[in-house]
Amino acid sequence: MAKKSKKTTWDLSPAPESTSHINIKKQYDLFIGGKFVKPKSGKYFDSINPATEEHICKVAHANEADVDAAVRTARKASSDWQSLSGKERGKYIYRIARLIQERAREFAVIESLDGGKPIRESRDVDVPLAANHFFYYAGWADKLEYAFPNRQAKPYGVAGQIIPWNFPLLMAAWKIAPALATGNTVVLKPAETTPLTALKLAELIQDSGLPAGVVNIITGEGDTGAALVNHKGIDKVAFTGSTHVGKLIRNAIAGTGKKATLELGGKAANIIFEDAPIDQAVEGIVNGIYFNQGHVCCAGSRLFVQESVFDEVLEKLKHRIDTLIVGDPLDKNTDVGAINSKEQLDTIEKYLKAGVDEGAEMHQSNCKIPKKGYWCRPTLFTNVSQSSTIVKEEIFGPVLAIQTFRTVDEVIAKANNTEYGLSAGVWTDKGSKIFNLTSQLKAGVVWANTYNKFDPASPFGGFKESGVGREGGLHGLHAYLKF
Amino acid sequence: MKNLLNKPINSHPDFRLSPRIDQVGAIERASRFTTRSIKTEAKMQGLLMALNMIDLTTLEGADTDGKVKQLCNKAMHLHSTSIDLPTTAAVCVYPSMVRTAKTALKDSGVKVAAVATAFPSGQAPLDVKVADTKFAVNEGADEIDMVISRGKFHQGEYNFVYDEICTIKEACGKARLKVILETGELGTLDKVRRASDIAMYAGADFIKTSTGKIKPAATMPVTLVMLQAIKDFHKKTGVKVGMKPAGGISTAKSALHYLIMVKEVLGDEWLDNNWFRFGASRLANDIILQIEKQLSGAYYSADYISND
Repeated sequence: MAKKSKKTTWDLSPAPESTSHINIKKQYDLFIGGKFVKPKSGKYFDSINPATEEHICKVAHANEADVDAAVRTARKASSDWQSLSGKERGKYIYRIARLIQERAREFAVIESLDGGKPIRESRDVDVPLAANHFFYYAGWADKLEYAFPNRQAKPYGVAGQIIPWNFPLLMAAWKIAPALATGNTVVLKPAETTPLTALKLAELIQDSGLPAGVVNIITGEGDTGAALVNHKGIDKVAFTGSTHVGKLIRNAIAGTGKKATLELGGKAANIIFEDAPIDQAVEGIVNGIYFNQGHVCCAGSRLFVQESVFDEVLEKLKHRIDTLIVGDPLDKNTDVGAINSKEQLDTIEKYLKAGVDEGAEMHQSNCKIPKKGYWCRPTLFTNVSQSSTIVKEEIFGPVLAIQTFRTVDEVIAKANNTEYGLSAGVWTDKGSKIFNLTSQLKAGVVWANTYNKFDPASPFGGFKESGVGREGGLHGLHAYLKF
Repeated sequence: MKNLLNKPINSHPDFRLSPRIDQVGAIERASRFTTRSIKTEAKMQGLLMALNMIDLTTLEGADTDGKVKQLCNKAMHLHSTSIDLPTTAAVCVYPSMVRTAKTALKDSGVKVAAVATAFPSGQAPLDVKVADTKFAVNEGADEIDMVISRGKFHQGEYNFVYDEICTIKEACGKARLKVILETGELGTLDKVRRASDIAMYAGADFIKTSTGKIKPAATMPVTLVMLQAIKDFHKKTGVKVGMKPAGGISTAKSALHYLIMVKEVLGDEWLDNNWFRFGASRLANDIILQIEKQLSGAYYSADYISND
């Protein structure tokens, strides 16, 4: 008889995604007028891999003169692009979508390298969704008169777009696709910690043959974004990022006639009723807060559990987060990757400390984490209340604050008792309860028995300080048209 | 050897109140296990583990002494290669073939599992099922794979189903009892969960998905729900119950995905053939093919692997 293996545990071997097929230049310039041009500022900054703290490449830092050049180029391209038929515009957008699909692996790997998110997510979520956004809006390009019957819809002209570091390529798609479909030209500024997939998208747009100047991509920091927002030549601002910056933008454009869509912070309530399918709800909690290291504006960061099932939910949740694999974003088995930047890690740690200082009980998963790079274990807090800092403020990390409730009315009141209103989750086996809550929760998206599900056809946006306007779906077209 | 026999628990909950399952969520969770990438050492360890968990099965009307003996030889000696391969966990046969299998397997350590209780339909009176079970045990079966009365289950007679399993459990004596839920006939995951709870409270040593005679047989979402039921039961009672998905698992890759699911739901403690089995007839050969690939770097032709 054969020997039995003595090993008592079964651990996964490393399964890293190959990086041999990707091509990153040593230095990236600004993408203006269909070409990469050296920045007038003469300045470059480093892009860092947050999982290893290694330098990846240098990226141009655009100043006011560079922003001006980009906006002027977009303006120049505007009239030809507007006069092109919707069908022709659609063709270019379809081409971009298909090229993203063709190069999906390369984009996924670069997204994980530059931003720290697990390859499983960039491969299965970010890149396919980005391609889908282009496909979806390509379809609308020649059907605007059906989207808005009996109304004369016209593009604004030039859109200045600023996107965050949590879903770099996907946010670029959310911004660029509807702008192009509606006949606007674009100046896009990606976040300073994650510029690479936007720059790869610039290369792809070059290959797509899109007329020069229709999409311009300029990299830089906060000052670049400010210069773009304040530039007289843009007609519309589309911003996704923090509520703080959102407020600055609103101030800056007040009285200028510029239109804006702002997609800002959130502190979503994820609500588990006692009649919920508990095992699936636990999975939903995990998808809600630990997806993309919690760097998600609609993350389910406030968990409300009906008190009768609290112990069971907490125990299962603790067990489940122990099975999450934290580490190398390029490993195909990684569930939770690296925190996007040192700065963000400091912010998260500040909140962890605030939670403990205010008397909350902290529990972290017992996973190993790498020595180098920026990491935060999946974390949950109990013994918190609506007044706790970690319940009130957006942390933007893998940190969950758990409270209990007794009745439906109580949980609705608590869920709405926040300055934000981007999203919410409801878990119950009872359909009538779902409909009751979806109509009473003040949140742009309410997921029932699921969480963090996105589709290009579905509008997304917030109440209160979570933002202004909607992106995605038919509503997303509206944001780029005047009537 | 420690006692692996469970007992019925009389103070069971009202089975109508078994936890609800959200089908969409269960399917999504189950598919997540299939994205785990199992490579190199972990793959080899997993493949060897899976081989050692197989209940090599023949359940045909046409089964003969000769066919069963050949199957037993295969179970004891799966394949010759440069490393020692384990045996399968058991062979699974009809009661009439138990003696033949027991004689052939001798002291190899490979168990004999017998399907009893008017397998596969279970449409027979209780005394016939008890007699069927006792016959198999007397012939030397180490394990009994029984089917639940799905008709009664659908009629809502959960206590009938519970009592019947308790009776069969008693008839099993020292043989371990696997309770087949025939999930392909239950219709919803809610019912899979409820049937799992009934079987475990009635003293099942294993719960098993399928007879292999009905499609769909084992699927990952169904197995996930059963594993979670086992986990909850263990938490509540401290009693460990084994799991056996059966039918439809024919590739090494899918076997590894099942094992990952067991590991992440129940933990390494369940990764042992006392607690997890695959009911399969074709799976072993694909695992052997993959082991050879791991060892040599190239795929064999199927002609190099015995087809008993």
